[in-house]
Amino acid sequence: MTLYDKTAHELHELLTTKKISAAELTGDVLARVDEVEDKIGAYLTITRDKATAQAKAVDDKINRGEAIAPLEGIPCAIKDNICTKGIKTTCASKILENFIPPYDATAYKKLSASILIGKTNLDEFAMGSSTENSAFHTTHNPHDLERVAGGSSGGSAAAVAGGEAIFSLGSDTGGSIRQPASFCGVIGFKPTYGRVSRYGLVAFASSLDQIGSFTHDVTDCALVLNAICGHDEMDSTSSAASVPDFTKALVADVKGLKIGLPKEYFVKGIDPEIESAVRLVAKKFESLGAEIIELSLPHTEYAIATYYLIAPAEAATNLERYDGVSYGARVDGADVVEMMTNTRTEKFGAEVKRRIMIGNYALSAGYYDAYYLKALKVRTLIQKDFTDAFKKVDLILTPTTPNVSFKVGEMISDPLKMYLQDICTVPVNLAGLPGISIPCGFTKDKLPIGFQLIGKALDEATILKASFAYEISG
Amino acid sequence: MKISEQDIKTVATLSRLRIREEESADVLFQLNKILTYVENLQALDTTNIEPTTYALPMQNVFREDKVKPSLDRELALSNAPLKDDGYFKVPRVLEA
Repeated sequence: MTLYDKTAHELHELLTTKKISAAELTGDVLARVDEVEDKIGAYLTITRDKATAQAKAVDDKINRGEAIAPLEGIPCAIKDNICTKGIKTTCASKILENFIPPYDATAYKKLSASILIGKTNLDEFAMGSSTENSAFHTTHNPHDLERVAGGSSGGSAAAVAGGEAIFSLGSDTGGSIRQPASFCGVIGFKPTYGRVSRYGLVAFASSLDQIGSFTHDVTDCALVLNAICGHDEMDSTSSAASVPDFTKALVADVKGLKIGLPKEYFVKGIDPEIESAVRLVAKKFESLGAEIIELSLPHTEYAIATYYLIAPAEAATNLERYDGVSYGARVDGADVVEMMTNTRTEKFGAEVKRRIMIGNYALSAGYYDAYYLKALKVRTLIQKDFTDAFKKVDLILTPTTPNVSFKVGEMISDPLKMYLQDICTVPVNLAGLPGISIPCGFTKDKLPIGFQLIGKALDEATILKASFAYEISG
Repeated sequence: MKISEQDIKTVATLSRLRIREEESADVLFQLNKILTYVENLQALDTTNIEPTTYALPMQNVFREDKVKPSLDRELALSNAPLKDDGYFKVPRVLEA
């Protein structure tokens, strides 16, 4: 029986009824990794020995007759910007090439009963939409190896799509979970800002960053959210709101649910095949009893510009810490300033340097008001668009991306074109809202298409409910 | 041109980065392209609009001022590129 392509809840059932052991399951996933990893390149580090030891511990527990948690003994992958104690966490950057965190990120700690297969590839410091900005290698799309897996959490998406992990964690600052999920044909969820602790997530843009999941189905998505969400005193921006049991939302009933279709997301520039697939999803929801309401989010066209000022400004500040002193690489110089300059010049990649430069320019005297402060004000307008829309609807339905997966090398020389990739996902981060990407068919070239559902702040449950209804409707 | 070669040199210095001669034309071209694009925000009237730094309502978070265990020194220094006798070691900062 092949196990690597099953869902966590199916595997939990097989484990608890002793039809399979955690050792067999882990062995099956590791064998799959051996088979496909040199073609896909989802991982930066594979933790084979740890995985094998963890599996044995879970089997011992089952054999002692003890109960196991839903994700206990389930093989998973963690994006390599989430700290794992004693296991290299590189952010796909040469500056952290040998960094071994002395502590665990809270989100990973909460999954410590799951079996860690390895740390996944990303664009350096999560800056990019294709993993081509990784200092180490590019992750290829399991559906078409000539194409990108998306980014920045491309490794985490490809690991699940390629059968190299049952589920995975990523991080989403402007679409870095939802876009690769859409490109790889899996489910990607970015919870509300603050729902999951950012403690131990290497900071990129602190007001936008959020940890989330990649899974094969909506039930697994709810299970991962149950495990990772919740307030954490180690992250003062984590939400104090109580966390519901998300599996309770797995009820296939959308009768009377109001779903908004924003006209700004169905304009020129969106691949017609994607547009028609998402309109079919709207029809499907209608046939299931939901009400589809056309609406407008008028400031959508300003979202990319807003994001590409705010995110680089925060990144420029966050990345000041890489100075060759307390951790990370150091390149020597005659004095402290030269040492820092040599270190950063040699060890940061081109895109990271570009964003640091844009950020520091936007924050510098004389430009602060025109760039950074202006962007913060437009952020208010973008957020208000959503607040107004959610007075009329419960959820908003859009494409996840304007195009499907592109070829490796196709866009990398045009950073601005790459930034425009994020047009459907970035507004959600600016407003701090939860969003999911769900597969909804393939193009005629057999490339996965995804749709996005956006919910009200802290209302992940309604997203899951509608997603579950869509999933089981076939 | 939004940004000049001199501006780039200044920002690079602020960022503790050095732009190599052979890459300076491309850096100038890409940054200008991006900064020209973000110019579209200027079309919006934002008079009387408050800036948003965090999307969700947030207040100061307080906790009791209690001593708790923290990372031990050995572990905190474990990733230091250069250390000496329990300290991070850096190039000389003050003149001898």
